[in-house]
Amino acid sequence: MITKIENVSRRKVLKTGGGAGVFMLATSLSGCGRKEDEITGAAVNALSKKLEPLNLFVSINEQGTVQVLCHRAEMGQHARTGMARVIADELEADWDKIDVLQAEGEAKYGDQNTDGSTTIRADFMRLRRIGASARSMLERAAAETWGVPAEECKAVMHEVVHQASGQRLSYGALAAAAAAFDPPAYEGEGFDPGAKTYSLKDPSEWRYIGKSAQIVDLDDITVGKAVYGQDVEMPGMKIAVIERGPVLYAKVKSFDGAAAEAVAGVSNVLKLPVGKREGGFNPLVGVAVVADNTWAAIEGRRALNIEWEEGANADYDSASYRAELEASVKSPQRVVRDKGDVDAAFASAAQTLTADYYVPHIAHAQMEPPAALAEYKDGKVEVWTSTQNPQQARLDLADILGVDYANVRVNNALLGGAFGRKSKPDFVYEAALLSRELGIPIKVIWTREDDLHHDYLHSVSAQRVEGAMGENGDLTAWRHRVTFPSIGTTFNPATEEGSAGELGLGFTDNPFATPNMRLENGKAKGKIRIGWLRSVNNIQHAFAVQSFAAELAEAAGRDPKEYLLELIGPDRVIDLAAEGLSVDYGNYNQPYVDYPIDTARLKNVINLAADGIGWDSELPAGRGMGIAGHRSFLSYVATAIEVAVSDEGDLDIVNVHVACDCGIAVNPESVVAQMEGGSIFALSNILNSAITVSGGRVDQNNFHDYRMARMHEAPKNVGVTLVESDAPPGGVGEPGTPPFAPALTNAIFAATGKRIRELPIGDQLRA
Amino acid sequence: MAEFTVNGEKHQIDDDSTMPLLWYLRDIAGLKGTKFGCGVAQCGACTVHIDGTAVRSCVTPAASVDGRNVTTIEGLSENGDHPVQSAWREHNVPQCGYCQSGQMMQAASLLSDNPDPSDDDIDNIMQGNICRCGTYPRIRAAIKTAAKTGSAS
Repeated sequence: MITKIENVSRRKVLKTGGGAGVFMLATSLSGCGRKEDEITGAAVNALSKKLEPLNLFVSINEQGTVQVLCHRAEMGQHARTGMARVIADELEADWDKIDVLQAEGEAKYGDQNTDGSTTIRADFMRLRRIGASARSMLERAAAETWGVPAEECKAVMHEVVHQASGQRLSYGALAAAAAAFDPPAYEGEGFDPGAKTYSLKDPSEWRYIGKSAQIVDLDDITVGKAVYGQDVEMPGMKIAVIERGPVLYAKVKSFDGAAAEAVAGVSNVLKLPVGKREGGFNPLVGVAVVADNTWAAIEGRRALNIEWEEGANADYDSASYRAELEASVKSPQRVVRDKGDVDAAFASAAQTLTADYYVPHIAHAQMEPPAALAEYKDGKVEVWTSTQNPQQARLDLADILGVDYANVRVNNALLGGAFGRKSKPDFVYEAALLSRELGIPIKVIWTREDDLHHDYLHSVSAQRVEGAMGENGDLTAWRHRVTFPSIGTTFNPATEEGSAGELGLGFTDNPFATPNMRLENGKAKGKIRIGWLRSVNNIQHAFAVQSFAAELAEAAGRDPKEYLLELIGPDRVIDLAAEGLSVDYGNYNQPYVDYPIDTARLKNVINLAADGIGWDSELPAGRGMGIAGHRSFLSYVATAIEVAVSDEGDLDIVNVHVACDCGIAVNPESVVAQMEGGSIFALSNILNSAITVSGGRVDQNNFHDYRMARMHEAPKNVGVTLVESDAPPGGVGEPGTPPFAPALTNAIFAATGKRIRELPIGDQLRA
Repeated sequence: MAEFTVNGEKHQIDDDSTMPLLWYLRDIAGLKGTKFGCGVAQCGACTVHIDGTAVRSCVTPAASVDGRNVTTIEGLSENGDHPVQSAWREHNVPQCGYCQSGQMMQAASLLSDNPDPSDDDIDNIMQGNICRCGTYPRIRAAIKTAAKTGSAS
């Protein structure tokens, strides 16, 4: 691969002494003889020859190098590779001649919000059309060159061939002529992929889709040259570290910056000029320390003396808040789905079962803390950062700074992890506001403490699930209540109920076939910023639903896997409205007809996960297996886990097997990686990670008290079975996470008889 | 002045500077391959070698490395082909990649001390390096591959 990250906004060639690489947002180039007015964020175009744009996303130069634009953010899900593979395939391009560029935030590229496991599932057909339309232009260029009908010209592996005459021309030779045509439309109503302008490949002709590839950034990452938001630099910039209010929406009453200013290297101490906006993505009030380097800024901040006016949220105490949530799920709440007659079923039940579950706030804790570099100059602002949503950042920058949208540029580096945190661009606006105030480029660096104290936390939740069972142990009724502060509270403090969207993440879309089901949602006020985090409410919903399924199996004296399959019931496409749903179901923004809830696919992955782990094997004492299956982001994932728990309560994850049906898997190696990573991300959440709040202040500070899963705690291997499928692609970045927690706690129960209903596990196994 | 080398090049810093080596490398020397993750030696993203041994540069004052040789990911090998780097590619270890400089530096140090580490050895030495993306199984596999290729070379 010749791929390097390059900033598409800077295609002009700039010289550096820095070797042959193409740098986006290049790291320090000191000693390279660079002029002061050359922004380090500028690209060095090693391709050197003019690129001919065939459409918005594809350009080719005389040498035949194809530049593919990646409009989504790269945060470890391998979007840059996956989307380029789809385009390259339909383009009939040689993968070794593909160069991936990173797009800036620009509406013309369509939706760029890299959230909801979206890149492939939402764009698959569009990416195919982009590649195919470019291929058709090359074929047409060859046809005109040779004076033969276009239908007789076929693109094959980076050249166009006229079979009758044996003539062939390379993509490089055809690029200029091809670029002279108007690209055929590749999206919009009425588009006919079989129209004579161009056609999509038959899947049997795919070269890359469905075949594993190494990621395009692999070489850069392994030599330390990959550039993230924390790494961007430009001449004359200073570093800002900000002390933000300890309580949500606290105000600065007064501050004394004299000691901070006395720290060597510190140039400015100032209140962050945030204006009156609060909530949403708006920056928090704070005092910024601006310095020549990061260490000086950190040291300066340590010397700050700030008196805060803490405001209404200082009463937030997560322990008492928990008690309120738990009280809420003990009494009837707003009904969002009601099927059959739940009350009658409970009244006539042979046996009933009740269980309460609790999942705390979780922080994203992506390895790269937020960072952004901004330059505000002459009424224009340009930023270089790591954001999942560059268009949102651009819109908000225009609004917050009061400049024209056209005068805002948002360039994206690699994201050192994100998991939803970096779709909230508050840190970007901080940098821009400070740059405008000080008249110099400013890079805002968040420390790990900043990151944990001022995250958009995963919503804390309490749940109660109740089951009514008949004499034979079959489930006759299912009642499930959940209460949590909605993400909506971050944007509108009056919000008290979960949105249909949040409830549709593993709650209202419950796939169980029980004849009677009632689902209820309680009210909760927001007291801290709540945001979406990898798989969002699916985390707690899958935990409760899949745990309770195993609890029912235990009560019925049945095998948990078999009982789970019976709960799901016959093969069918679920009609949620017919099954009592009274709120909207978003289906991850895709048409239900294309992506229905298909119980056969769900049961299939459960069986495959069980097979993968050897579900029926005999285990010695202290060992046990658990299983869970869950549909999210249009994909079906089941996880089976075998654990060993010592008498002292030491947990060892002996084996993990994940079965995933995500429809077409564009880059299977990356899908497997996401199943592994989604599992271990969940493991972190489950073992020891909880954000608690006292007096409105987050109690945790860094990785010593907000603990991540580490090497010795992680499974040595995560087996993955990918289901071969020609169904349209589902998401893969998130669906690996939800089933892991209940599979693990179900395994712990099987090993020990101890039922974990509260996350994290912490010391519960030692009690 | 404290004098030391970074990837073979001479550097110096005031004796009384409190700046951690991490920020010296990133902000002064312009070597951004060494990453900031926690600042308190809890995550390992900032791992570099001092005289061949892995240390957390975020809690190591630059002035304290007087007379010593610092190696960063940029200097681990001339052509990016240290057995660890090659194994990382072979196993497609990275997801976001941010922690991987530190992981590779820690793994290289492990293998230099212990050319054939057991699973327990890997657990003991690598547990200081967090990967939030969850690439641990691949890191483990890559270390074993690097151990084989390293001893073969």
